[in-house]
Amino acid sequence: MSIRKLLLGDEAIALGAIHAGLSGVYAYPGTPSTEITEFIQKDPVARERGIHSRWCTNEKTAMEAALGMSYAGKRALVCMKHVGMNVCADAFVNSAVTGVNGGLVVLAADDPSMHSSQNEQDSRFYAKFAMVPVFEPSNQQEAYDMVAKAFTLSEELKTPVLMRVVTRLAHSRAAVELGEAHAENDFRPSEDRGWVLLPAIARRQYVKLIEKQPQMEEASAWSAFNRLEKEDADLGVVACGIAYNYVKEALSADPARKASILKLSQYPLPAGALRELAASCREILVVEDGQPVVEQDVKALLGAGYPVRGRLTGDLPRTGELDPDSVAASLGVKGAAGLPAAKTLAARPPQLCPGCGHRDVYKALNEVAAEYPGARIFGDIGCYTLGALPPFRALASCVDMGASITMAKGAADAGLFPAIAVIGDSTFTHSGMTGLLDAVNDGSPLTVVISDNLTTAMTGGQDSAGTSKYEAICTGLGVDPAHVRVVVPTPTNIPEITRILREEIAYKGVSVIIPRRECMQTLKRKKK
Amino acid sequence: MKTDIILCGVGGQGILSIATVLGEAATASGLQLKQAEVHGMSQRGGDVQSNLRLSTEPIWSDLIPKGQADLIISMEPMEALRYLPYLSPEGRVVTASKPLVNIPDYPDLADIIAELEALPNVSMMDIETVALENKVPRGANMVLLGMTAPFLGILTPEALRAAVARVFAPKGEAVVEADLLAFDLGLQASGK
Repeated sequence: MSIRKLLLGDEAIALGAIHAGLSGVYAYPGTPSTEITEFIQKDPVARERGIHSRWCTNEKTAMEAALGMSYAGKRALVCMKHVGMNVCADAFVNSAVTGVNGGLVVLAADDPSMHSSQNEQDSRFYAKFAMVPVFEPSNQQEAYDMVAKAFTLSEELKTPVLMRVVTRLAHSRAAVELGEAHAENDFRPSEDRGWVLLPAIARRQYVKLIEKQPQMEEASAWSAFNRLEKEDADLGVVACGIAYNYVKEALSADPARKASILKLSQYPLPAGALRELAASCREILVVEDGQPVVEQDVKALLGAGYPVRGRLTGDLPRTGELDPDSVAASLGVKGAAGLPAAKTLAARPPQLCPGCGHRDVYKALNEVAAEYPGARIFGDIGCYTLGALPPFRALASCVDMGASITMAKGAADAGLFPAIAVIGDSTFTHSGMTGLLDAVNDGSPLTVVISDNLTTAMTGGQDSAGTSKYEAICTGLGVDPAHVRVVVPTPTNIPEITRILREEIAYKGVSVIIPRRECMQTLKRKKK
Repeated sequence: MKTDIILCGVGGQGILSIATVLGEAATASGLQLKQAEVHGMSQRGGDVQSNLRLSTEPIWSDLIPKGQADLIISMEPMEALRYLPYLSPEGRVVTASKPLVNIPDYPDLADIIAELEALPNVSMMDIETVALENKVPRGANMVLLGMTAPFLGILTPEALRAAVARVFAPKGEAVVEADLLAFDLGLQASGK
């Protein structure tokens, strides 16, 4: 008897990987990908097998460790949010050139509409850039089934495979029919010299990668996840990933509206199927969540004479995630009328929790910054980014992981004073340490606040890689121990914190202030 | 047959527990289900919502199209208003009446209540006070679920009640009893 289980898209991927014989997941937490690794950490089969699932310091260390596991012959999974692809891009792109031994699946969870992100970059571009196949599930069942296929394809073609999901699938639950749990690969380290990417070898490896391209397209052409659903219709729809569901939802609401559909969940784009679709209709609509990756490919394949509509033509919104309403409109299907929008409504943005230590940090920072007309506080990525919003309005910037320290340094180099960086504990070990070393080597007049709540709070309280090591890391990088100051951020300690801030701003070198108090959320969970 | 539900409130109010019970009841009743949740930044005291679709037939979209929701279930009165364009004109709002004021520009409560009362179908109650007065202080969300039970259509109140017991069983008998009491209080308030 088959087993059905209610799973988030993320959980379906996790279980699919375990059942496909996974030996290790390597990841840094990031919405909407976090639940994959968390699921594997708690899964009884994964625990019994000793599948590696400890959090990594950042996406680059994760990607490289997974590549090492693949080198040793085992199946490895790397998980991250879309912007994590930027962090691991060096390793990812070069892993396509080395090729793999054990199957290597790289899971990127994109966040169109930026629910919890600073951009809506589309990870499928990275796969095109690296020239590797992509799997993009349309639903939770496919997410589960695809992982095993992705590992198999990775081993057959000796290439890493990208699996791309979007927030709506990652964080949506549905019943999934489960298969059997397969054994892990044997330990069998590679004997291939192609892993040494010296130019002479890399050139040969790159030719090999180019030669694999037709096989990748062949795999898409035969993929069970791609399907041409032909109707007697003028309109052909290329429906990628979860966009397929919105197309089916709209067409089932209006039986008079007919369209042929190319359901697309595995790339590179199968050119034969696309040409068949184009030949059977008069125009093509490309429906894809994220950026117009496929729309551009379709235009290039069919030539300027063939009408292709999508996000680039304004038939679908150029930004933001797709939804059933925007897709229905692009298909000419009229939606139902709801009630009129309410008149009595105010926005309710997220905010720092009551009692959170970051609040005391910002209170102290704002008080001191007000004494210096030129002061700027450079922010970073985490809960404490909410310090940019009222009531604090403290931050001048928030760009990418670690940029608080390096931007403050660059601004200080240009003469800005005082330049203050605020970074969380986990973000600091992710990408802040190297920037701090630059500042130390330059003797930059910089005040760095590492707001340490002993966890990776924004994503739900995962272990933070540097806990109990921050003073040692900072002094090890060369910060004068007299200018590494630890405080406890509470309302009663604000006079002490502001005094220390003034002292360290006055110091013409790198100082680090570490306000340390446990996150209210993890504290609450422990008390339960 | 299908029922599309928007569950909403403020991050931390426990809307995902309501979703878990509905999901458990739906699965036990052999229904198809899709449930899109909000995780991440908005959970920190911001507005949160979950789209829950239950059906006897396969469900395509994880998100509910505008004008198609049968129910808005809200832990907070202003949050109930946020999703009105998604509600079918025949749909119903089931909401807590007590506001959670954590923003400086929270509108006048009287205006919110007046707008809610003007809706075609609305059930409103101070679930927090009901839960407190009946000594089930953590059961406000189950009072709300009980209030909703007679209007679900696709699931019976009995199926929901049984799901409450199963979902909270791992937390012990006392928690189950408290949550069942809270559920029944809500159910009675809806006149059933």
